Amino acid sequence: MAISEAVGQRPFVRAPRRGVATRLLEDERWLAAALLLPTVVLLGLFIAYPFIEGVLLSVTDTKVGIPGHFVALQNFIALWHDSIFGTAVWNTFVYTAVATVFKLALGLWLALLLNRHFRGKAFTRAFILLPFIIPTVLSTFAWKWMFDPTFSVINWSLFQLGLIHGRINWLGDPNLALISVIIVNVWRGVPFFAISLLAGLQTINPELQEAAAIDGARPWQRFWHVTWPLLLPVTMVVVLFSVIQTFADFQLVYVLTGGGPANATQLFATYAYQVGVGTGLLSEGAAISLAMFPFLLIVVVVQLLYIRRVEVH
Amino acid sequence: MARVLIRNLNKMYDDFHAVKDVNLEIRDKEFLVLVGPSGCGKTTTLRMVAGLETITSGQVLIGDTVVNDLAPMDRDIAMVFQNYALYPHMSVYDNMAFGLKMRKVERAEIRKRVQDAADILGIRDYLARKPRQLSGGQRQRVALGRAIVRHPQVFLFDEPLSNLDAKLRVQMRVELKIFFNFLKTTEIYFTHDQVEAMTLGDRVVVMRGGLVQQVGEPLELYNAPVNRFVAGFIGSPAMNFAPVRVSNGKDGLRADNPGFGIDVPAEIRPRLQPYAGRDVIMGIRPEDLQLANGSYPPGLCFDAMVEVVEKLGPEILLDLQVGEQTMVAAVEPNVRAKRGDKLRFALRPERLHFFDTGSEAAI
Repeated sequence: MAISEAVGQRPFVRAPRRGVATRLLEDERWLAAALLLPTVVLLGLFIAYPFIEGVLLSVTDTKVGIPGHFVALQNFIALWHDSIFGTAVWNTFVYTAVATVFKLALGLWLALLLNRHFRGKAFTRAFILLPFIIPTVLSTFAWKWMFDPTFSVINWSLFQLGLIHGRINWLGDPNLALISVIIVNVWRGVPFFAISLLAGLQTINPELQEAAAIDGARPWQRFWHVTWPLLLPVTMVVVLFSVIQTFADFQLVYVLTGGGPANATQLFATYAYQVGVGTGLLSEGAAISLAMFPFLLIVVVVQLLYIRRVEVH
Repeated sequence: MARVLIRNLNKMYDDFHAVKDVNLEIRDKEFLVLVGPSGCGKTTTLRMVAGLETITSGQVLIGDTVVNDLAPMDRDIAMVFQNYALYPHMSVYDNMAFGLKMRKVERAEIRKRVQDAADILGIRDYLARKPRQLSGGQRQRVALGRAIVRHPQVFLFDEPLSNLDAKLRVQMRVELKIFFNFLKTTEIYFTHDQVEAMTLGDRVVVMRGGLVQQVGEPLELYNAPVNRFVAGFIGSPAMNFAPVRVSNGKDGLRADNPGFGIDVPAEIRPRLQPYAGRDVIMGIRPEDLQLANGSYPPGLCFDAMVEVVEKLGPEILLDLQVGEQTMVAAVEPNVRAKRGDKLRFALRPERLHFFDTGSEAAI
C-alpha cells in the first residue's frame, strides 16, 4: 500500500495564513530583537545617552548659560593640578575602603548571629533591615542632629557617662568629619551585608558544621575551613556591589557636611556636584564625574569575571 | 573499640517527648541497627550519642566515660551522614584528611591513612576530585573513608543508603556488610528500612514514638515479635492481621472471624485460654499461608478469593479476600492462579501470632 493511500489524499495539512507580525515573531532573530527592545531603549535613554553627553561635555568649556567649545583634555589636565580634586580622590578611597571593611565585618557578624535559632528571630531580622529601608536623606538628617555640636545626643550621653568633658564637634572637626560620615555609611550599609550574607549562610548545609564538629574542628576552625570558603562567592559579589555604591556615594555626605569642613569629606561625587552645579562649571564637573569611571570599570570587570567563574564551576 | 551504654535517655522538645527512657547496650565490636518509621526518635537518639543534641536526662557512656557533656570531637566517634555532608569546596583527599588535620596528625601519617582507606574503598583514582564530580555511590565511599581514617571507637551511620537508587542500595548494602566485617569496630546504624536492618545488624532495635519496642537478633524479631507494631514493621510483605473472637468450641479453643474460623493449635491454647469470649488480633505472615491440599487438618483451612496476582519471579503474591478481610499470601512461582479464583488456604499452626486488642502486646 502506498503511503498516500494510507494517510489519505492530502498528506499535509496546510498551515493557516498568518499575519506579517506573527510571521516576523516566529523568526527567532526578530523575536529576540523585539524582546530586547524595551531594555535597550531604557538603558540607552537613561544610561548611555547621559554618559555620552557627559563625555562630550567634559571635553568642552561649557558653563551654565554659555555653550562651550571643544577644548580636548584641558579639563582633565586642570584636575591633575587641582589639590582639592586630589583630596577628594584620597577621601573617596579612604571612605570606600574603611566603610567596606567595617560593613563586611559587622555584616558578617550579624549574619552569623541571625543564622542561629533564637526567640524573636523573624522580628529581629526585619528590624535589622530598618537602616536600609528608611530613605537615606531622612536617616542622614537624624544623624546630622545627633552629630550637632550643641544638641548632640551622642555628646550628651558621653558627657553623662563621664567619658568626655567638652563638646565634640563631630562634623566640624576636619579629622572627625570623615570618621563621622563613615560611621553613618557603615550604619546604613550593614543591613545589606547582613541580609545578603545571611541568605548565603542559609544555603550552606548545616550538616557540614556537624560533620566538621565531629571531625574535631573548633568553632573558629569550622568557620574558617567550612563556612568562610563556602560563603566567599556571595561575599565577593556583595563586597564588589557595595564598593561601587560607596565609591559613588553622594547624598549621605551632601546632607551631613556638603563636603566640608575645608573639603575634609569631599568625595568624587560631591566635588563634581559642587563644581558642576554649585559653581556652574558644567564641563569641569563632568570631567570630575568621569574620572571615577576607570576605577569603577575595573571593579565591574572583576565582578563580572568572578561571577562567570563561579557560574562555570 | 568500645561498648556504648545508653541509660534512661530522654529528650524533650518543649512539650514534645521525642525519646522516652531508652536503655541500650551496644557491645564492643557489635553492629547494632536502630530501625523505626520516620519520627520514631531514632535520629534524635543518634544525635544525642554523637553530641549534636543536648541530653534532657539520662546518660550516654562510650567505653567507661560518661560523654553527656563532651563535645562531639571529644567523644572519639565518626559519623556518616544521610546526605554524606562532604565539604563541597575540598577535594576527596582533603575531605578525608580534614578530621586528621584538625587533630594535628602528622602529614605523612595522614597521607598513609587516606591512601590506605582510598585503596580499601576503591576511590584512589578520585582523590583529587571535588565531591560534585562524583556519583552517589562514590560520594558514599568518600563519606565512609572520612569516617574510617580517624580510627574512632564508635561509628555512627545515619541512613547512609537512603539517597541511593534501589539497585545501588542493594550493592552498597553488600559492600557495607563486607566492609564492617573487616572493620571490627562498634557500629550503630540508623535506618527506617527494615530490610537494611535485618541484613546488616548483629542485633536490631525497633523504635516507635520515642520508645524502644524490641531488641533482638534479626530472626528473633521476625519469629517472635513482642507486639503488633514490630510484627507489622519487620518483614516484607507485611504480616496479615485479622480480628478474631476466641471461644470454647466442642473440640477445644476456636478463633473465629466472619470470613474464616480455625481450631487454635494445642501449643498456643494455654496462652489464649484466658481470652475466651474476647476479641484478639491474629497475625500470620504471607509465606505462612499455603495452598491447602488434603493433608492439612480442616480446622486450619479457609476459603479465599484471589483479588490481585503479583508475579515477582521467585514467588507469587496473592491478594486475597477472606470474608471482609484482605490478606496477602506468598506462594510458589508455579502456582497458576488468576483473579476471581476461589482457593483453599491453610495456616501453618506453629507460625500463628496473637496480639491483645487493647495493648497490642503479643499473647
